[in-house]
Amino acid sequence: MKIEQMTSKQLKSRKQMKKFLKYLVCILVAAVMLFPMYWLFTTSFKTATNVAKYPPQWWPNPWTLANYKELFMKRPFIKYLWNSIYVAVLMTGGVILFSSLAGYAFAKIKFKGNNILFLIILCGMMMPIEVTIIPIYTALSGLKLADSHVGLIVAPMFGYCGAFGTFLMRQYFLTVPTELIEAGKIDGASQPLIFVKILLPMAISSISTLVIFSFLQSWNDYLLPLVLLSDSNKFTLPLGLSLLSNEDGMKWELVMAAATFSTVPILAVFYMCQQKFMESLSMSGLKG
Amino acid sequence: MKTSTEILSQKTKKHQSLNYRDSKWGYLFIMPMLLGFLIATVFPIIATFAYSMTNKNMMSRTTDFIWLENYIKLFSDKTFKNTLVQTLQFTLLLLPTNLILTLALATLLKDKFKGCGFFRTAVFTPVVTSVVVWGVLWKYIFQSDNGLINAVLRMVGITGPQWLMNVDLAIPVSVFVTLVKGLGMNMIIFIGAMLEVPRDYYEASSLDGATKIKQFFYITLPNIAPSIFLVLILTTIGSLKVFGQIKALTEGGPGTSSYVMVYYIYQTAFKNYKFGYASAISVILFLMIVALTLLQWTMRKRWVYYED
Repeated sequence: MKIEQMTSKQLKSRKQMKKFLKYLVCILVAAVMLFPMYWLFTTSFKTATNVAKYPPQWWPNPWTLANYKELFMKRPFIKYLWNSIYVAVLMTGGVILFSSLAGYAFAKIKFKGNNILFLIILCGMMMPIEVTIIPIYTALSGLKLADSHVGLIVAPMFGYCGAFGTFLMRQYFLTVPTELIEAGKIDGASQPLIFVKILLPMAISSISTLVIFSFLQSWNDYLLPLVLLSDSNKFTLPLGLSLLSNEDGMKWELVMAAATFSTVPILAVFYMCQQKFMESLSMSGLKG
Repeated sequence: MKTSTEILSQKTKKHQSLNYRDSKWGYLFIMPMLLGFLIATVFPIIATFAYSMTNKNMMSRTTDFIWLENYIKLFSDKTFKNTLVQTLQFTLLLLPTNLILTLALATLLKDKFKGCGFFRTAVFTPVVTSVVVWGVLWKYIFQSDNGLINAVLRMVGITGPQWLMNVDLAIPVSVFVTLVKGLGMNMIIFIGAMLEVPRDYYEASSLDGATKIKQFFYITLPNIAPSIFLVLILTTIGSLKVFGQIKALTEGGPGTSSYVMVYYIYQTAFKNYKFGYASAISVILFLMIVALTLLQWTMRKRWVYYED
């Protein structure tokens, strides 16, 4: 009896020790992962002299908004923000519309060539834009559209984003019972009506997954705008940031302010619905 | 009798016409995506292959058909050889570190406990950050004169190296930056896979006295093997496509010591305007990615087969 009590007590303390160690490791990991973001954020509020200081200033003193003032008053970062938002919204809207239509047809409508056409689009998921960027550039510049937002919207929409979207929506619509569609048909509803009234509302979870995936892809896209855009009025945030960081006599505190400015919107949305974000993005990893 | 056959035939007729109408809608529904896809993805791939056999140049505005000359030139292109070697280095450094760290993180954070959501979110934060922000931020941290790392090293009396201007360090530093950014993604994939391993396996084995470490190697690892393979392939493809962090951190330098595939394509096509030659490099990148994807598909089929 006594021995048993001893061991149970020991076990308990050992368990607590383990728990403590686990938290310690977790906190260390979180600190390492979040510290760069902390450094980014605080540097953007420092004065130029304090940024150059040694030893490094761990906490801004004094806090200054001068960097943000310069960003908004002297640099077109509000313009870049607007460009980023509207490109991402249009691209995402197109992906949702076209891939839910196609996904539904591939899943639930019988027509000749259904499988082979789906397979062709499926192959598109692995086609990185890096491989097709040269012809995309020459085609757009042939149409005098290279230095515009058309390419930024259309290329991913009908490239890997659209292909992934079609795949994702088809996967979802396959799980919808066919009886539901049959019932709609018997009631005399046409296919478009069935699609809009019955199926789209049901697919809201998959659609939000796709919204997150596409928006983030577009928001963070770098290679495409870098290659296509030359008029600085049309730049998106990542391109504006990279331009700023390559300037002669660039100021780190200003660059960090620009980087914070282009990260905060997406991070805010991420922290609000992180569960859905992680789910969406890991799905895109499993697409292959 | 007669009437029933009539009704039957009427029914099939109606059914057929419904189906016919359906297939019309089917084509209509896939049309926008399919057409867009042909124009924006299929056609450019074919065009890349075609360009790769020309000397298309945006400066001299020539486009002559030169068969495989570009590919032959690639064989003796020293920069291309270095690019390949550096891309390989990048991949070989990233793969094992990424795998070990993400498996460890997934094991640590897979079970629900107080605060696990916060820790997962913390690890995932860099995944959401754009590659330019991430690259620029680390460029600042790795600066030789007033970067954070060298400042801390100086505080303990060590003179830090010139991280981004050192031929031997440019690739390892880029790998480190890429590694930290991507941990969250693979961690989430592994957590998903680990949670699908039946609980009984662990319970049964712990009755038999198996330690946690033994359980990890003999139960967890074999059961999540398909996911490990998937992550390995995805990470390899990802490191073949790496561009943004290199552009932000080192601009391919010093010299060409951190050139990787996409950076060389970018440099050749959009700085030196040799579209034909750059297309040949793109084709090689394309074939590498296709090979890896096919490998993944066939292996997955085999695994599915085993599971059945």
